[in-house]
Amino acid sequence: MVGVVIVSHSQKVAEGIREMALQMARPGQQIIAAGGMDNGSIGTDVIKVSEAIMAANTGDGVVVMVDLGSAVMTADTALELLDEEVRDKVKIADAPILEGAISAVVEASLGSNLESVVETAQGARNFKKF
Amino acid sequence: MKVSTYQAMAAIGQTIINNKQFLSDLDAAIGDGDHGINMARGFEAVGAKLQSLGPDKDMGTILKTVGMTLITSVGGASGPLYGTAFLRAASLGQGKYELDIETALMMLAAAITGIKERGKAVRGEKTMLDALEPAYDAFVEGAKTDKSMIECLESACEAARQGVEFTKTIVATKGRASYLGERSIGHQDPGATSSYIMLQTLLDCSQS
Repeated sequence: MVGVVIVSHSQKVAEGIREMALQMARPGQQIIAAGGMDNGSIGTDVIKVSEAIMAANTGDGVVVMVDLGSAVMTADTALELLDEEVRDKVKIADAPILEGAISAVVEASLGSNLESVVETAQGARNFKKF
Repeated sequence: MKVSTYQAMAAIGQTIINNKQFLSDLDAAIGDGDHGINMARGFEAVGAKLQSLGPDKDMGTILKTVGMTLITSVGGASGPLYGTAFLRAASLGQGKYELDIETALMMLAAAITGIKERGKAVRGEKTMLDALEPAYDAFVEGAKTDKSMIECLESACEAARQGVEFTKTIVATKGRASYLGERSIGHQDPGATSSYIMLQTLLDCSQS
């Protein structure tokens, strides 16, 4: 299954989204929270994100969900630290982080490939609340 | 220039740390208020790394150490942005121990390209590019008219300073400040300010 990494400036946000997404996950599905800095303060940590991507990859690739601004840059930079063969199997989704993460986890749980998981995650942009 | 890359990086780090509160205050007005804190944290880590590296390495090694350390320790947008800038400059400093005008120009150009790619930004969006690109243009102009390195750097700093002033007049479209829209007018950009501070420190320590 495609793994999901959740990159937020806040450790609590990343872990909270992971907790919600896990409710929709199947056993063994890799959903990794990479929020905050090493000491728990607000920020995004390139090393933490690249380690999370490696941990989330079981061979089928990884979709990375990001929150605001620099989370995208941090994820981009983290990708550059990875081996090329892993990097080719990682995509950052342009989607709202919570809705996108849950959509991605559901799609991944069906055994879909990386492209489909990213597409579904990005589809979350069009969710209407009411 | 008499100052070594090692000394210059240490001086830049110290000035950024000294300006921690100032940069955070600028950021608090239009962003999340952590630019100074993040940059100071990054350059404190850089200081420690440089100390264990020692002063005898080539420019490439020193700049690469600065870049990697900023990327891994800053925690905000400025980490990947400045980190990428230093890494791009580092690739042009491999095996070199003295900075000549030609290399300085190429490094500055590579650093700016790195920031543009990483931040997907262009000049005029109230970012560090509004200080760095005018600085680069002024440096190029100085080099064309056979000015010395210090004179080129002086022109670059003045252009960067004016660039920072210019950021007060424009709307932020990148980063957290973009949420403020028109309300970002009147405030100078923290990233442009830290870029200017770095260039000015480079000039100051080259003159001393």
